[in-house]
Amino acid sequence: MGNHSDGSPNHSGTVATAGQNEVEKFQDPGIPPHRLRLADTDPKAAKRAERQVAVLFGTSVVGTVIFLVAYFAIDLGDDSTIATIRLQNALLGLGTAFAMLGIGTGIVHWAKALMPDHEVSEERHAIRYEDDRKAAVRIVDDIVEETGIKRRPLIRNTLLGAVALAPLPALAVFGDLGPRPDDKLAHTMWAPTDGKLKRLARDPDGTPIKASDVTIGSAFHVIPEGLNELHEGKLNEKAKAVVLLMRLDPASLNPSPGRENWGYNGIVAYSKICTHVGCPVALYEQQTHHLLCPCHQSTFDLTKECKVIFGPASRPLPQLPIAVDDEGYLVATSDFKEPVGPSYWERDEHERSINS
Amino acid sequence: MKALSQKRRHPLAAIALLLMGLLLTGGLYAVATTVNEAKASTADFTASDTEEGQKLFEANCATCHGMGAGGTQDGPSLVGVGAAAVDFQVGTGRMPMQMNGPQAYKKPAQFNEQQTHQLSAYVASLGPGPAIPEAGVLDEQGDAAKGGELFRTNCAMCHNAAAAGGALTRGKFAPALADVSGKHIYEAMVTGPQNMPVFSDSNITPEGKRDIVTFLKQIESTGSPGGADLGALGPVSEGLFVWIAGLGVIIAFTIWLTSRTS
Amino acid sequence: MSAASTAKAPAYVANTKVGRITDFVDERVGGSGILREFGRKVFPDHWSFMFGEVALYSFVILLLSGTFLTFFFDPSMAETHYNGSYTPLKNVEMSVAYSSSLDISFDVRGGLFMRQVHHWAALLFVASVAVHMLRVFFTGAFRKPREMNWVVGGVLLILAMAAGFTGYSLPDDLLSGNGLRIIDGVIKSIPVIGTYTSFFLFGGEFPGTMIIGRLYVLHILLVPALILLMIVLHLFMVVVHKHTQYPGPGRNDGNVVGYPLGPVYAAKAGGFFFIVFGVIALMAAFFTINPIWNYGPYDPSPVSAGTQPDWYIGWVDGALRLMPGVLGDFHFEFVVFGYVLTLNVLLPALVPAGLVFTVLFMYPWIERWITKDNREHHVLDRPRNAPTRTAIGMAGFTFYCVMWAAASSDLIATHFMVSLNDVTYWLRALFFLGPIIAFVVTKRVALALQRKDREIALHGRETGRIVRLPHGEFIEVHAPLDEYKRYKLVGFESPVPLPAEPNEHGVVTRKEKRRAALSRWFFEDRVAPATPAELEASHGHHEAVEAGAGQKTLSH
Repeated sequence: MGNHSDGSPNHSGTVATAGQNEVEKFQDPGIPPHRLRLADTDPKAAKRAERQVAVLFGTSVVGTVIFLVAYFAIDLGDDSTIATIRLQNALLGLGTAFAMLGIGTGIVHWAKALMPDHEVSEERHAIRYEDDRKAAVRIVDDIVEETGIKRRPLIRNTLLGAVALAPLPALAVFGDLGPRPDDKLAHTMWAPTDGKLKRLARDPDGTPIKASDVTIGSAFHVIPEGLNELHEGKLNEKAKAVVLLMRLDPASLNPSPGRENWGYNGIVAYSKICTHVGCPVALYEQQTHHLLCPCHQSTFDLTKECKVIFGPASRPLPQLPIAVDDEGYLVATSDFKEPVGPSYWERDEHERSINS
Repeated sequence: MKALSQKRRHPLAAIALLLMGLLLTGGLYAVATTVNEAKASTADFTASDTEEGQKLFEANCATCHGMGAGGTQDGPSLVGVGAAAVDFQVGTGRMPMQMNGPQAYKKPAQFNEQQTHQLSAYVASLGPGPAIPEAGVLDEQGDAAKGGELFRTNCAMCHNAAAAGGALTRGKFAPALADVSGKHIYEAMVTGPQNMPVFSDSNITPEGKRDIVTFLKQIESTGSPGGADLGALGPVSEGLFVWIAGLGVIIAFTIWLTSRTS
Repeated sequence: MSAASTAKAPAYVANTKVGRITDFVDERVGGSGILREFGRKVFPDHWSFMFGEVALYSFVILLLSGTFLTFFFDPSMAETHYNGSYTPLKNVEMSVAYSSSLDISFDVRGGLFMRQVHHWAALLFVASVAVHMLRVFFTGAFRKPREMNWVVGGVLLILAMAAGFTGYSLPDDLLSGNGLRIIDGVIKSIPVIGTYTSFFLFGGEFPGTMIIGRLYVLHILLVPALILLMIVLHLFMVVVHKHTQYPGPGRNDGNVVGYPLGPVYAAKAGGFFFIVFGVIALMAAFFTINPIWNYGPYDPSPVSAGTQPDWYIGWVDGALRLMPGVLGDFHFEFVVFGYVLTLNVLLPALVPAGLVFTVLFMYPWIERWITKDNREHHVLDRPRNAPTRTAIGMAGFTFYCVMWAAASSDLIATHFMVSLNDVTYWLRALFFLGPIIAFVVTKRVALALQRKDREIALHGRETGRIVRLPHGEFIEVHAPLDEYKRYKLVGFESPVPLPAEPNEHGVVTRKEKRRAALSRWFFEDRVAPATPAELEASHGHHEAVEAGAGQKTLSH
């Protein structure tokens, strides 16, 4: 294999020319003869090209004027309509486009039609010369020698140690980018506060929902009562607590043992946060009883406790146990019995501690 | 008698009784709540409307929905669906269906306004259900911003935030809402056609529905301030556009730029 | 010594005012030397060489329009109520970031135009980087001495995607917010550190109040600075290497044929900046991009149908869509030693992208190892003349495109009236089969095109003129090529497989055998370029035909 590593451009390695030799190949005829353009021979054509370039530059001036007129003549006051904004946007863009394309096409046309179009051949030079390499090696050797780093291992080793440790503070200052997760992901706002069960409320206005409001075939987007009154971390709580409430024929629900009383007369509530990567699973098909996530198409079957029947999710949606309070309003009897949303490393640990 | 009393003591009897009770209460609930909404459903229908409607129904709809609209294997019962359901399904041409499929498609209506009115009258007479909305809630003078919020929470996941439509499972889809009349949008919300959930007045108030219709009509009529909306389909159409049109024009320029002038 | 020489030569005195200023600067920075070196530097001219420039110019436009946007944008996630002129959002609760993005769109003069210029330029930037890399790959321009520049280009592609992602998340609208939520879900699936990483990135629980500000700093400071640095490196290496050129008469590895920088090439390249700007301005004038007012403010409860990322992130989103979460009875999410492993997210998020970028970065070295080719290459391969490489490229491109298509599976379903589930099933099959089909088809097409080239080189072009020979036979007249055109078709290398060679100890290692097998795979199907002897023979053949010497089996 040995000898094709000197890297000079014209060297023939064994690979490329195997099976051919110079005699069998066509010889390079060289750069084709130059062909004159119309503008090179006909002064009229040259004059015409010159005028065309000037017209293109003129168009650019027109474009600039259009832009300035559109900018100053159209005022975006408080009562400006969408149509005004659209008009201004279109004119600003059109003006800019004319201004830019006029200059661009003008210059290019000038270059193509009037500047010399002789193709030139330039020699390539080696990227590295052997002399340079030798000189560089010599210099580096001298530098290393002068520092004496080879002779003084104590200096070398302490320096390496210091440099290795120096970035640690830089890493440490990133330690407070965020708080520790602890078990924040395991709990939502649905947990009863002071023994008072949370009512289910309409999203976005926050009015509580009566069981009798939920007719068969309907779907309610639900937030916990009191969410809208939060100020700190409202969206954080909402991101975990949103629920989809549906009512179907109780006979078509098939609750597993222990979950029979999590619904109420065919009314069931499931977390809206997809167990895949957390998009809201909000598409409810009231005839097939399928829930579909619009982001990655995970499909959940409501009649099988939201088991995954299609798509990338792997876990059923968590169900929120609900009941009816004295005034007929729907309430959550407890928090979710498992962490909602996408899976994370400590999820199973959290689920076990919720249920213990 | 003896056999009956023995069956009564059967261990499953209690469960059967419970189930019957639940079904009864559930059914009553359903009826009770729909009755709430059935206001004015027979108000402007005359007896002759109902009579004519019945004839039309028997000639055009009974094959699938059964005589007396009791439903068959091919079509559901229409007792209690209300005039709004008929006005929506027939008025948008979805019914009569061309063929059985995952979903009924919108197509030119087969019946004229009067016939649709008569059919609605007949179905409304079979049992109380959601009525055709009154003009007051369709005046498009509601609060567009509130409507937008309601639309994004309740509708956008299927119909797209700009109401451009979207896909459902197995060939079904939520249609685009441009060019759909406010009345039909309203009726779809109260009746929940096909796989669309029902948005009864206890879920979204009539005022809220009015806001939603206002919002939809407003964004439809103003159009996009930025120019052509590329179907309002979001980044996919934008990406296609930049690859095909954007790069296409740029490539045309590069070819011109590097070609030789004659 | 220099004092002596300046004393001897009469000092140059400029005549004009401009001349004096130029001279002043030149004496202090040595511009004459630079101009002497580069003023007439030769650049080859071909339309496919312009995509790098498109990317560079888009980036300049991004810097200009982006600077304007920063004057008005406020990356705060504090709560506010919208009070601008867009009525369908009047009084709606939202973040300051979203509100200021709406103000840019509706209440700042020219703001909407700038936003649209910025976003269209961003899409064009990544697209032109991608097309530029495809051009470099398919023409073999990544070969020695340009391997490192290929890697810099790959880094630029990743940085461009990062710039895009951090940018489109800034308005804090519903679409980008759900995009961030997906990112959060993907991060949480990372074993051991996932939950902590998510909390660190978002400054607590999703969505928190920090993320927009943090992305903003990345978007306007860190990522553009890195991109600039990489561009400087990239261009420096282009200067060192000089440009590649397509094969053709007069072009070889020892020269570069084209137009001098001044004036022609400089004029064309300079003019092209204005053209790119003009095209972007046209798009921004007439086509809406990222209509944030449609999406509404971010809120974790709503979502819009058709939630997709910008095109360049689409393929990763598509991979997420294609992955089944449950296969038969097997759940891809399972518990190991009490901890959750979320393979249904982890695999599609990391494996395809990891595969594409690993192969992309390693490819120059892979090919170099297989071919043992250590020569410098400045003349490009026409894609058909490197059939296996072209086929590999198309297989990779197809792999990418299947995932890309999967990101719009719902729109494919609604627009072609097919079932969403069926689209997913088909794309899952194509994810595995597509690259294989593409490889086989591309290789066959490339070989067929090579045969066609050979045919034309030997027999000339079909003229479409049918002539009847004296003995009654009809033939189509073929016009012979001139030597320049012919050289374009025959002047390429056609390597044959390189068998395993023993190393310095005389042993043929197993690695070397593997290399030889790959070399066979790379080069065994080959169409050798036509040779002068063959041309000679084909001419004799023609004369025989024209002489009517009873030749009946013509191969026209």
